[in-house]
Amino acid sequence: MKDLTKDPITLIIAGVGGQGNVLMSFLIGSALVSQGYFVSIFDNYGASQRLGAVASHIKISKEVSNNSPLLHEGDADIIVGLEPVELLRNLGRFGNPDVMTITNTRPIYPIGVISGEAEYPDLDRALEIIGKLSAKSWIIHATEEALKLGNPIFANVILLGALIGSCTLPLDKSSMEAVLKEQLPKVFEMNMVALNRGLELVGQ
Amino acid sequence: MADIEIDAPETNRLLLGNEAIARGALEAGIGFATAYPGTPSSEIMGSLAPIAKKMGIYAEWSVNEMVAFEAAAAASLANIRSISSMKANGVNVISDFLINLQMTGIGKGLVLVVCDDPGGMASSNEQDTRPIAKWLNIPLLEPSTAQECKDMTKWAFDLSEELGMVCMVRSVIYLSHTRGNVRLDKLPKKKKEAYFADIYDLDNPRQSKFTCGMQFHSYKQSEELLKKFSKASEKCESSPFNCYRGPDKAKLLIITSGICWTYSIEAVKILNLQDKVGILKLGVTWPLPEEFIRKYLERSQKILFVEEIAPFVERSVMEFVANLPPDRSRPALYGKRSGHVRAWGEQSLDLVIQSIASVMGILYQSRQSRSAEYSQKVREISQTLPNRPLTFCPGCPHRASFWAIKNTLQLDGRNGFVTGDIGCTAMGMISPGSFQVRTYYAMGGGVGIASGFGHLGQFGFTQPVIAVCGDSTFFHASIPGLINGIWNQSNFILAILDNDATAMTGFQPHPGTGVKATGELGEKVSIEALCRSLGVNVEVCDPFDIKKTTATLLKIMAGVGGTQVVIMRRECELVRARRDRKKSYQMYVEPNRCIGEACGCNRLCTRIFSCPGLVWDREVGKAKIDDAVCAGCGLCADICPQGAIIREAA
Repeated sequence: MKDLTKDPITLIIAGVGGQGNVLMSFLIGSALVSQGYFVSIFDNYGASQRLGAVASHIKISKEVSNNSPLLHEGDADIIVGLEPVELLRNLGRFGNPDVMTITNTRPIYPIGVISGEAEYPDLDRALEIIGKLSAKSWIIHATEEALKLGNPIFANVILLGALIGSCTLPLDKSSMEAVLKEQLPKVFEMNMVALNRGLELVGQ
Repeated sequence: MADIEIDAPETNRLLLGNEAIARGALEAGIGFATAYPGTPSSEIMGSLAPIAKKMGIYAEWSVNEMVAFEAAAAASLANIRSISSMKANGVNVISDFLINLQMTGIGKGLVLVVCDDPGGMASSNEQDTRPIAKWLNIPLLEPSTAQECKDMTKWAFDLSEELGMVCMVRSVIYLSHTRGNVRLDKLPKKKKEAYFADIYDLDNPRQSKFTCGMQFHSYKQSEELLKKFSKASEKCESSPFNCYRGPDKAKLLIITSGICWTYSIEAVKILNLQDKVGILKLGVTWPLPEEFIRKYLERSQKILFVEEIAPFVERSVMEFVANLPPDRSRPALYGKRSGHVRAWGEQSLDLVIQSIASVMGILYQSRQSRSAEYSQKVREISQTLPNRPLTFCPGCPHRASFWAIKNTLQLDGRNGFVTGDIGCTAMGMISPGSFQVRTYYAMGGGVGIASGFGHLGQFGFTQPVIAVCGDSTFFHASIPGLINGIWNQSNFILAILDNDATAMTGFQPHPGTGVKATGELGEKVSIEALCRSLGVNVEVCDPFDIKKTTATLLKIMAGVGGTQVVIMRRECELVRARRDRKKSYQMYVEPNRCIGEACGCNRLCTRIFSCPGLVWDREVGKAKIDDAVCAGCGLCADICPQGAIIREAA
């Protein structure tokens, strides 16, 4: 088991209901547990099945088995955004000058934006701000890449690949591979293509 | 996702709090499990039902919490360990039965699991269920981690059996929905045999009391219960789940329970106060382990209570402190009553840090706020971000139903309104439901309250009333209200929005689906046959046929009055999509036909209809389909006055 740069290491996965936050945090957690770490995950979603803001709070520890489910203000080490505005929202509450971020660039418009009552920020400007507010940041066109593989749902596994490749977590590709095989055997091969694509996109 | 039935003792699994509760029940050797879906409790039955057959247990989604708990009690009386799980509101529904069962006692271990929702994120209210345990003298266990969810549930069965009474395990959303490492124990292999002896002490039949028949001597039952309860107090004093962590003499003693224990430990560590602050964790919060608390009370002059939601432990300890001998010194008590702990909503690490810092008189700065420039910047950005309010999913039949209801009430012109109910249909009170729902209380409340409005005609009341409920809600608690309306000749329409699932809590089946919790086919109960048997007129329509649905509602509203039923039936889009795995239609907006703001419809499609898959393209000034979000239901093609939205077979 690798040593941690700090204990616990904290990760947030920010997205929109229906994007697959819960499965993604479960895959990361299962891989880390198989590597011997203590993990806690809280998937913060509201009442509706779809399109609410979702954030998974993940704490990874070598020593402490009873970490609380929530991060506190300014305490994220890493934030992965399945959607740019959700990354910004979590950066607002949990960001700090040392935070590292991985962002998908595909927006999902809130209902207020659709009805014209609210405004979605300019995407290029939003990505620029994310870069400025992160110590290190990776911008990934995960949904576009996933569509090339035939289904937008692969975006999450591409981002998983990017997360592994970013080396921000003690997360091994081999343990993730084993978890993908166990949990999603039917789409294992496609998922490995997506995972490798994610690794490539961060230069691994 | 997790396999809770795996027989691999001593291994570590990543389990959800609710899955760990289910695993604890398996390790305790349950034979019977019942539940009604409700966030945040649903994953307990959700993980037990699929493995029930394999594990030789009986598992059911019951029609409501009351029946669920009654059925579980039956198994207990017949010598089978049994668990019943529900959300906080479910306890309100079972309370009458629970009160009476607690007076007579049980057979084999019977555990009631209640998952509270502090903050009411997924509930009609926020409600602390713990006071019912104190009221009825029920042992109350509060796990703090996923590991404890398993271990305490298992222990609760032993305790329940030894005391001959129900035990209550209380979780909260932040525990039920948190995954953590759980070290597994063995699964028992003992064969179970059911037999009802009409007694609850199977080992000593001569000593036993009847489960009924003593009702003429209720005072004797009370006396008996108090005896049992004093035994419970002894057991809870020595509970392995009570613990203390901290210095011998602490400047501040935190008394906490449940998930708040983990916040307290982390907060003390973050504030670097490990040498000054002690933490007393109560695994059992009723009966209060008084002797255990007494030992630690003497070590500190200041006590802070950290708990969710009500000041429950705080008040119990206050009663205890008030009873201390007059010569004892009394510590200063801080908590919800003193204003040092937020008295409503959920707790969080941030809040607990603030509470401790304020009592200790220290200043705390987060990693973010230490850099003034950074925190200033993120604060500015945060203020500009659009929120994501609740909405019906793309393709949801309820959007169509409420569209028809709104049109009908507008055309009728008598200022009619909707009385709402629990579940996805409740979103009729916000924009995607065109703000039609005006009352919203409890399961079955919509039809009950409508039956009252419908009798106000003699006082000049002329507004049409439509009670709306979902299909699962109809079976749960709406039938008595409907019968009441029919019997007493009230004037209202009951619209049952039948989407063939208990959708909001995760698509669980119900009597109308005919599928049982285990996935096997059961007997299907027909909503319309049931309603017609009551002698009421029933119309069935597809809400996606907006014209016909509106016409049907208008016809009924202009008709003979009395109690009427309309079933608006279309399968939940998420259920359909999971099964069919493809869209029904490929949708697009024909740019030449959409004339944008010039249309005069005032952006009816995106501003009013507000489906997340149909968006307004600001640059072009026209509507467009967001293909990644659109479910392909085809409904929006019928609402565009220009016919610019096109559906093509997918």
